[in-house]
Amino acid sequence: MASLLHIGPDRLDVDSIAAALSAAAGDLAGAEGAVVTFLGLVRNHNAGRRVRYLEYEAFEPLALKAFERIAAEIADRWPSTRLALHHRVGRLEIGETSVAIVTRSPHRGDAYAASRYAIERVKQIAPIWKREFFEGGDVWIEGATADPDDERARTAAERAACA
Amino acid sequence: MRVTVRLFARLRDIAGAAELARDCPPGATIRDVWRGLAGEFPALAEYERSISTAVNADYARMDRVLTAGDEVAFLPPVSGG
Repeated sequence: MASLLHIGPDRLDVDSIAAALSAAAGDLAGAEGAVVTFLGLVRNHNAGRRVRYLEYEAFEPLALKAFERIAAEIADRWPSTRLALHHRVGRLEIGETSVAIVTRSPHRGDAYAASRYAIERVKQIAPIWKREFFEGGDVWIEGATADPDDERARTAAERAACA
Repeated sequence: MRVTVRLFARLRDIAGAAELARDCPPGATIRDVWRGLAGEFPALAEYERSISTAVNADYARMDRVLTAGDEVAFLPPVSGG
């Protein structure tokens, strides 16, 4: 059975991730009425460039702790809502899945909100980097300064989730 | 005392190494180690305000005092997802 939180080089299999989350329902077994799946895919264009492929790198032990933190934040903000989150590293081709997020909740609103929150938080605090290889060169993409205690960033993720 | 430095993404490219060993005096902070590296690799300096830092795979602040054997990681702005 797949673990609920994972980072590694293997291809992401959303069915097995969803099955693992279902199997871990515990006291919520039978009480969950909604499952939301989000997949992030490698796009063939970015900032006006034609992208050939991406290479992802991560500080894996810290990334896993960031995922655990995100799962705890979700459990705190949306009680009875659970998360599975897998991220890939290494070379990914156009159209491949880089991140898979599955949320389960008694109600769809919370499952959708937690899913959006999870991807926003990954982009804010997970120590993962993508290097974009495009036609004509390559570049490290640099987004947010990771600070898990930055409450303004966390609030922004929550706003995006609840929009 | 000796600490291990981990560098990621563009920081690793700039230094040309993913891992370095560095000696620092007792009481040295993460910032002290960073300033030493930025002296060795001037292209790192532009990251001083945007990096995150971790000690032994937990996020930590720049003023964190290090102990012998610590693993200090310097993280440029992240771009997962």
